[in-house]
Amino acid sequence: MNRFWIMSVFAYRQGRQSESSVQQDLVKTTIMNLLCRFFDVTDGRVLVDGVDVRDMDLHQLRDGIGLAMQDVFLFSDTIEGNIAYGDPDCSFEKVEWAAKMADADGFIREMEDGYDTVVGERGIGLSGGQKQRISLARAILKEPSIIILDDTTSAVDMETETLIQHDLKKLNGETVFIIAHRISSIKDADQILVIEDGKITEHGTHDELIAQDGYYRRVFQHQYGEFDQMVKNGKNGKKEGN
Amino acid sequence: MARNRINQDEDLEEQFDMGQLMRLASYVGPFKKQLITAIVIMTIASALSMLQPIFMKNVMDTITETNFQHSYSQAEAIRRIIFNSVLMMAVSFICAFITRFKIRLTANVGQGVIYNLRRELFVHLQELPFSYYDDKPHGKIQVRVVNYVNNLSDLLSNGIVNTITDMFSLVFILIFMLYLNVRFTLICLCGLPILTAIVLFVKSRQHKAWQIQSNKQSNLNAYIAESVNGIRVTQSFVREGKNTEVFNELNLDARNAWMNAVKYNFILSPVIENITVITTSIIYVLGISWLMHGDTVITVGLLTAFVGYVSRFWSPITTLSNFYNSLLTAISYLERIFESIDAPVNVHDKEGAVEMPEVKGEVEFRDVCFSYDDGVRILNHVSFRVKEGESYAIVGPTGAGKSTIVNLISRFYNVDSGQILIDHTDISDVTIHSLRTQMGVMMQDSFIFSGTIMDNIRYGNDEATDEDVIRAAKTVCAHEFIMTLEDGYQTQVNERGSRLSAGQRQLISFARAVLADPKILILDEATSAIDTETEILLQKGLQEMLKGRTSFIIAHRLSTIKNASCIMYVDHGQILEKGSHDQLMQNHEGEYYKLYQSQYDFLK
Repeated sequence: MNRFWIMSVFAYRQGRQSESSVQQDLVKTTIMNLLCRFFDVTDGRVLVDGVDVRDMDLHQLRDGIGLAMQDVFLFSDTIEGNIAYGDPDCSFEKVEWAAKMADADGFIREMEDGYDTVVGERGIGLSGGQKQRISLARAILKEPSIIILDDTTSAVDMETETLIQHDLKKLNGETVFIIAHRISSIKDADQILVIEDGKITEHGTHDELIAQDGYYRRVFQHQYGEFDQMVKNGKNGKKEGN
Repeated sequence: MARNRINQDEDLEEQFDMGQLMRLASYVGPFKKQLITAIVIMTIASALSMLQPIFMKNVMDTITETNFQHSYSQAEAIRRIIFNSVLMMAVSFICAFITRFKIRLTANVGQGVIYNLRRELFVHLQELPFSYYDDKPHGKIQVRVVNYVNNLSDLLSNGIVNTITDMFSLVFILIFMLYLNVRFTLICLCGLPILTAIVLFVKSRQHKAWQIQSNKQSNLNAYIAESVNGIRVTQSFVREGKNTEVFNELNLDARNAWMNAVKYNFILSPVIENITVITTSIIYVLGISWLMHGDTVITVGLLTAFVGYVSRFWSPITTLSNFYNSLLTAISYLERIFESIDAPVNVHDKEGAVEMPEVKGEVEFRDVCFSYDDGVRILNHVSFRVKEGESYAIVGPTGAGKSTIVNLISRFYNVDSGQILIDHTDISDVTIHSLRTQMGVMMQDSFIFSGTIMDNIRYGNDEATDEDVIRAAKTVCAHEFIMTLEDGYQTQVNERGSRLSAGQRQLISFARAVLADPKILILDEATSAIDTETEILLQKGLQEMLKGRTSFIIAHRLSTIKNASCIMYVDHGQILEKGSHDQLMQNHEGEYYKLYQSQYDFLK
């Protein structure tokens, strides 16, 4: 049983977005930890491109994965240095590109010293959303073949999140894992996995899951329950507005 | 002050400042009694040990006089030799006993001073404003409390007592030497000017070198601390190689700085050694030639005794110069320690600040302006008033000043202009302690202390019983997940709470806040990391928690804040819109309306 769910998480082909909305967020973070091999599985296997991660070179494996974590840790260095953490010798243009992808370029430029602004340890001096965007840029800069966003946009406001989502869609060929609580963050995924009590209980696209009477639908209704009503009431209003 | 990076040295004070030492002396003050006792007994010991060469002289003279001049009978001579030998033994024994006693006393003084110094430093660090911590890596702060203070230990415990007793011994020795022979004494003193010249030459270089060393050590320490904290990022970004390079560089810097500094410390003792040998030989050569030429004053015993004094004369000078060395070393650490102790506390109680009476919960901002140290204005003439028991939600783009507003209520910073009133009392007129104990603040990253979950929740209120803790956990729906952990409430968690997920950590901090039972609650994006299912559960608990309290909620999930009594839309440091959810939704051109709609954009 164990074997099934772990493998199924990673059985997605390159270039597709897989996402999971999870009840116990410790479990989903654990899955990502297993993928990066911060821990080894006690049973079963984790396969990347058909190869057991335990048979791969550890550095090579991690080099191919861009991870933006729940707790953002920044180093007491410049913003540029922080974004370029995974590739310290890269050009400034690349840093700028990554920052733009994470929708961070704008606020970085507004800061006194721009990209040369020194941020304190743990990114003190930046707001939660700003820290998350820097950590996202840091993951994107590596141009990894697998990107893991572990609750990376929770502190970002909705509008910014929409922008980030839009930019992420421009990434081609990468497999993206998104761990999130907001339906809005994961709706467009190729596969949505719902994990409850350490097991995958639902999987499919947004539309498929909405059609089922399960956890996903309950969460959706909680977050957007009144949307149905709004659509009913608002559609007419909107049309008149337009 | 600009933010400090790991590899960046902190500013150096150029001058060697005696003031620092005087200040250190004030810490020794409370231990005056022990210190004086130590000095008195050591002076006695050193005075006694001064007699040793005299006994030696008596023995030698007895032997030569008996053999050559037959001044004493055989029996008389033996009696004198035994008598002098016994005295020598007795003196040695007393000295050893006193030294042992002294070591205990001085260690006590040294550690006592360090204990006080460290405590003062820590108490002060706790009061320092956030900006102090924002500006420098935490490792650089830790190194001051731990390593630098430790480095003073030897100076304080042995240094002071040895120096003072050695100064006394020097005087005694000089007296004995002059009493024995003036000519030899003058020869011996010839070495002093040479030594003084060298000390002066080395002084400023040595001070500078030790300052550099302390900086390099601090950089290294900061890098280690940060690397440990950021290990997850480092491993997932495969930066181990690069980081090792950086570390090697810092490590090498620290080593080189140490080698450079310590070479000055080793200049003095060989110099003194040489001077001792040279003066001793001169005295032997001159003494023997004078003896041969029939000088009546000089005897073999005198010569032996005097050479004994010469080595005794230079040994306290060696100790003194060592003390001087460690003083120069210590000053570069002292500067840093005192710098931290002197760092200004921006937010402190006004003179005559009163205790905040029990808060009812009315909060008012009157024309508040605020900017951080960089001068960029974050809040621009913000005014609003929250009635008792109301819940206020603050929304707006990231960096709009939402967190700043709530931080000002707890007075983590002072306002530039305007007033913040709680129950019509300006919060700058009351003591910070009485203000903050009545507030519950939950932030984005909740800090978990190492200890059990029980301890972590009880942090909000020491007097709470286990039952209270469990009740609080149940209120915020934390009980269920805690019970699934192996040891339940007794589960050990650590600083960063790495065994718990972000949402679980948040629930613990909620329970902590409920237990503290504050009248004003602040939730700064406290629910963003919690999954929806838990949030649904929590919302019941949250309603329970908000009942009868004034609350400020910052959240991005608008479902969390819809039920607030009032919602403020903040951007560019100003309140753009204010009203209940329904009121704000009426205005289709409004920012809140747009924000609310944007949640559903993706569904279209």
